[in-house]
Amino acid sequence: MNLTLKIWRQKSSKDKGGFVEYKIADISEHMSFLEMMDVLNEELITKGEEPVVFDHDCREGICGSCSMFINGEAHGPDRGVTTCQLHMRKFKDGDKITIEPFRAKAFPVIKDLMVDRSSFDRIQQAGGFISVNTSGNTTDANAILIPKEDADLAMDAATCIGCGACVATCKNSSAMLFVGAKVSQYALLPQGKVEGKERVKNMVAQMDLEGFGNCTNTGACEVECPKGISLDNIARMNRNYVGSIFGS
Amino acid sequence: MSGFLSSSIGRKISMSLSAIFLMVFLLQHFVINFTSVFSEDLFNSISHFMGNNILIQFVMQPILILGVIFHFVMGFVLEIKNRNSRAVGYAEYDGSANSSWMSRNMIISGAAILAFIGLHFYDFWIPEITTKYIEGDTSGMINGNFRYYEELVHKFQPLWRVVLYCLSFILLSLHLLHGFASAFQSLGVPSMRNKIIKTIGNIYAIGIPLGFIFIALYHFAIH
Repeated sequence: MNLTLKIWRQKSSKDKGGFVEYKIADISEHMSFLEMMDVLNEELITKGEEPVVFDHDCREGICGSCSMFINGEAHGPDRGVTTCQLHMRKFKDGDKITIEPFRAKAFPVIKDLMVDRSSFDRIQQAGGFISVNTSGNTTDANAILIPKEDADLAMDAATCIGCGACVATCKNSSAMLFVGAKVSQYALLPQGKVEGKERVKNMVAQMDLEGFGNCTNTGACEVECPKGISLDNIARMNRNYVGSIFGS
Repeated sequence: MSGFLSSSIGRKISMSLSAIFLMVFLLQHFVINFTSVFSEDLFNSISHFMGNNILIQFVMQPILILGVIFHFVMGFVLEIKNRNSRAVGYAEYDGSANSSWMSRNMIISGAAILAFIGLHFYDFWIPEITTKYIEGDTSGMINGNFRYYEELVHKFQPLWRVVLYCLSFILLSLHLLHGFASAFQSLGVPSMRNKIIKTIGNIYAIGIPLGFIFIALYHFAIH
């Protein structure tokens, strides 16, 4: 298939940036979106032009690196996939594809389509962990019985790969699906409950500090999330937050 | 408490609580207004009671006004913060691919409702306050009869006002179609896919505004 790509190019975080159009030919419908981008970059390098910078790593939907906003949607038009799992068969011959970086004040553009998502790391560092005494007297985690339902819900929440599609797609640039998932994966388990109140307070405070917007429950984040993280995690975070402020 | 209200979740929760308070008020407002369709006397009696009861006038009414002001001010504050959270917008953004129009445009339907409340205050509340507390007439009577029903009917005679009221209630319905479940979700009740909450929400969000539209059209048509 032959395509026209309208790609955001930006030299650095201080550069204003703008769209540049590229024509690309003979793209196989079986290619992934990132492979198509590789073909484009090969052509640009051959012509002596600077390739388009974009994040990528595992290319199998696990690392959450690939962060493109394609034709108005985070990770493009498919559901439950990252950009590396998006195939060109989702597009038609002759299509014009608009590719932008994830947009949020808390995700500043580094270059072209690459954004700085270290705000997520700082939220994790604020409380997304459990404190364990590793001096040799730890209890085997399997010795603590956990209801199957809680274990499943915690595992569902833990599948969040921190890709930032929730922030990118939310009209408010809210990170509450991400933070809700990270709070929930611990809050549902006995090991995580010990520091539960401090965790939710600290992670929400860091989220606010990073400049993310407020959730208005549009549900767009849940739809675009490649791992299907449920909005119920946001409700759980809200409950835990109220409990941490007003609970005994 | 100030720390709670300055946090994103605290603001969400305060918006939800004020929304639920306003929805309860709207329900009782509808029930009272609906009596005007089948009993002029009952409507007059309730209106006179509501307009002269000390608890309602000097406790509930100020709380209601504060609730309305809080909901709108907080709504606009959150909207500004949310807009600032994305300094550079997308060239292409397909919001309809993953969310409803109602959920994305609460500020538009909310601003329209605010404008409607301005008209509603001009039509009913300001004349009522003027009559009772500036002119000092708390009898509720005019020419030997209660004035409330006549005032209601009189307001719904011009077609432009009836049309404006109907349009406002349609926007109110759109606001509530997202707002009802959203309020409970923010309070920590997983509501966005909960069939019971969604069904009650849809009945409320369509039924109440439709009822208000019916009342306006009824008085326009029969008088």
